[in-house]
Amino acid sequence: MPIAFESIATLSQALKNGEVSSRQLVEQAVARIDSLNPQLNAVVCLEAEQALANADQADARRAKGEHSPLLGIPMLHKDIFCTQGMRTTCASKMLADFVPPYDATVVQKLKDAGMINLGKCNMDEFAMGSSNETSVFGACKNPWDVTRVPGGSSGGSAVAVASGMVPFATGTDTGGSIRQPAALCGITGLKPTYGRVSRYGMIAFASSMDQAGPMAHSAQDCALVLNAMAGHDPLDSTCDNTPVPNYHQTLDHPIAGLRIGVPKEFFSSHLNTEVATAIDAAICELERAGATVKEVSLPSTDLAVSTYYVIAPAEASANLSRYDGVRYGYRCEAPSDLQDLYFRSRTEGFGAEVKRRILVGTFTLSAASYDQYFMKAQQVRRLITQEYDSVLNEVDVIAGPAAPNTAFALNDTSKSITDMYMEDVFTIGANLAGLPAISLPAGLVNGLPVGLQLIGQRFGEAQLLNVAHQFQSRTDWHTRRPTLEAVR
Amino acid sequence: MHWEMVMGLEVHLQLATHSKIFSSSSTQFGAEVNTHTNPLDMALPGTLPVLNHEAVTLAIVFGLGIGAEIGKISRFDRKNYFYPDLPKGYQISQFFEPIVKEGIFDVPLEDGSTFPVRILRAHLEEDAGKSVHDAIPAHTGIDLNRAGTPLLEVVTEPDFRTSEQVIAYLKALHALVTYLGISDGNMSEGSMRCDVNISLRPMGESAYGTRTELKNINSFRFIERAIHVESQRQQDLLEAGHTVTQETRLFDPDRDETRAMRSKEVANDYRYFPDPDLLPIVIDDATIENIRASLPELPVAKRLRYTEELGLSNYDANLLTQERATAEFFEIVAETSENPKSAANWVLGDVSAALNKEGISMSDATLSAIDVATLIARIDDNTLSSKMAKDVFDALWQGETDVDSIIDRKGLKQVSDSGALEVIINALISENTAQVEQYRVADEGKQKKLIGFFVGQAMKASKGQANPQLLNQLLKEKLG
Repeated sequence: MPIAFESIATLSQALKNGEVSSRQLVEQAVARIDSLNPQLNAVVCLEAEQALANADQADARRAKGEHSPLLGIPMLHKDIFCTQGMRTTCASKMLADFVPPYDATVVQKLKDAGMINLGKCNMDEFAMGSSNETSVFGACKNPWDVTRVPGGSSGGSAVAVASGMVPFATGTDTGGSIRQPAALCGITGLKPTYGRVSRYGMIAFASSMDQAGPMAHSAQDCALVLNAMAGHDPLDSTCDNTPVPNYHQTLDHPIAGLRIGVPKEFFSSHLNTEVATAIDAAICELERAGATVKEVSLPSTDLAVSTYYVIAPAEASANLSRYDGVRYGYRCEAPSDLQDLYFRSRTEGFGAEVKRRILVGTFTLSAASYDQYFMKAQQVRRLITQEYDSVLNEVDVIAGPAAPNTAFALNDTSKSITDMYMEDVFTIGANLAGLPAISLPAGLVNGLPVGLQLIGQRFGEAQLLNVAHQFQSRTDWHTRRPTLEAVR
Repeated sequence: MHWEMVMGLEVHLQLATHSKIFSSSSTQFGAEVNTHTNPLDMALPGTLPVLNHEAVTLAIVFGLGIGAEIGKISRFDRKNYFYPDLPKGYQISQFFEPIVKEGIFDVPLEDGSTFPVRILRAHLEEDAGKSVHDAIPAHTGIDLNRAGTPLLEVVTEPDFRTSEQVIAYLKALHALVTYLGISDGNMSEGSMRCDVNISLRPMGESAYGTRTELKNINSFRFIERAIHVESQRQQDLLEAGHTVTQETRLFDPDRDETRAMRSKEVANDYRYFPDPDLLPIVIDDATIENIRASLPELPVAKRLRYTEELGLSNYDANLLTQERATAEFFEIVAETSENPKSAANWVLGDVSAALNKEGISMSDATLSAIDVATLIARIDDNTLSSKMAKDVFDALWQGETDVDSIIDRKGLKQVSDSGALEVIINALISENTAQVEQYRVADEGKQKKLIGFFVGQAMKASKGQANPQLLNQLLKEKLG
């Protein structure tokens, strides 16, 4: 059977019924990557042989009667997750040859669940970007229009799923890096509550916001994978030990009586009017499913981007200090002394956006500006968190756009750096407040996908997935496929 | 002009945990380079610190030991600087909210008084690795075995005015932490490292002068010397009308001077900020009380008990409590022999001398406290003279055991039978009539001398086994 665009649920059933083998799934995925990747540049590392060997093992387990839902399903990891024995670069020259001696907890958990990892996905360098253009491997292209960006930083993961290479890929989201590319590529992406999924082995960008999550065609598939990804990890002190519910079990709960809050600040001048129309329509659909909708206010929304761009670079400036050319990673040629080793290794090993953020972070943490920037930003962060919490006392779910625009053009020189940062205006709040949020396909504008964002209560992933699934049961936006000839 | 020296200390104590503060690697000293390392210690991408709660417990033990307030919520911060032996490019420390807050540590002085030192704070942090300059020609090697070893940095107020006070504090701190089992306090292995902040001001002035920081001095002798050399340097500068530059200096014991560290070695702005990888340490009252209940008796309490209950001098009580092993040895001897004063004399006398001679500490000695106690009991019951007791002690020190069998084997039993001694004395009197006559007409001083003569002769005749006190008494009676 052709597997492109099939859901995990369908593939799992086919595997169970013996209609297809895991080896066949992997072979088809590899063939599709081989044919599409030259155009899309979504995959930066493909380990087909190892994947086929693992698929054979999965088939053997199936033959023995094991039928866990993820067993034998092919997938890809964002190249930010450490994979034992498999090159892990964070799309940076700095780690171009880095092969980790250990697996990230997420990698281990999905391996344990029987998923077959084929390789690694393109991304913005060190997850710093909203267009996947800062990658050392070059830009990744949006399958809906290859002249446009897929969004970022988990652009490669979004494209791999959206183009039907694999039914699932991991992503990470520090300021919108799962939700914005999911929106721009027409797939479903969930950023869990901060602490729901272990960060161990996930290369750090901004540790207080980084969170791994699933990217797939549907909320149902996200639920299946989140079941395996989530949970306490003794190797990550910030990983919570709140029990993990079965996310799949509550998908079919009716949403009659669900209280939805729509923040008026999300429908500001930043928002493209056609995107706004699509989002309005999607919210009306939820209303028709029995939800009640009311306008709410998150007054500090406009402060979120600047707050984020103080805190995230500050944390990043320290997190990236370990890339110093001393122990591993890029080292400059023939350093004359220690200072030269540091200076040139980092100058040559990091790209422009990464260096920009290290500089910003170093500045905001310096003694002269700490109070004015870093401390102030922490205060605003608390304020934003309180605003979200107080709205979520009145409503169950906050709904709005995931991104202000549909996919924009590659190499758009008219877009300033701060314009680029504004791409995250609607997603950043959930990161600052540590809340779970999902983006799901909710329409097309000029042939390009629009993402509806739902933000939930802390550890309210089950409810978000339930609402998203109910939406997807009533609509077919998540089944629309890119019009690109090669992809179709 | 008279100058007053003002000093404050920062002492880094390596905590005696089994594994590192944020990783499961061993903290054992002296292993092959880079064998006590794992991906976290090497700062591989994606690794995360997980707090070793043993280090937290030891920090609380220390705080309670100095009567300080324990921070109910303390946090870890990142101290950012680049150095090859600092793998993450930042050190995890506690800058904003330390685990141990203000306390007062009463440092005992030899005269029995105490010198109160205000502790400003003590905080947990991780040690760095080591740069190895002589292992690979033309290269510097990095050994990360030590990276991540837990440290407790103990910071005082500028309360010291003399180097004697500094040394007394460090010795008392050393005694405290080894008592409490917080640290092995081994200075040569770097388990206790001291930075001295030092400035001078005209006597009577209340404002502080500009200070310099003397870094990482690792013996009491060098600390004393470094303070002397640096205060002299500052005094010379000030008296010549120059100013002292605030800087970090290293003491060079070979050249007997301090020199400024190169500015490259000193980072000016560490850009501290809360470490987002670690949760705050929250300590509840029950935890504190449990730890308090498990604390051993501290040196200060022991000293008080030794002087008030056991009747020892301040001087002896102070010496006996410097090391926990010594105090524990003394306490067994004192209790078993029921003679604390004699126990103190033996421990501080013959036992200490023997230890010093071999250059070992009490905890390394195989000598049994019960044997020493029996030895004292045999003196007290007149079985042994003090001279004989020294012979028995020598045998004990050589590894023999059981005092009574040593006495038997050496035939050391003291003759305390007055009948037997009278026979000897009678013989002496009849053999030395001239001396007997002299004694009868002599003054007190001369008599003493003559008694000495007879005692000596009687000892000789008894082959050294006569009980000298009894001998004295009997001679006085017979000659009188």
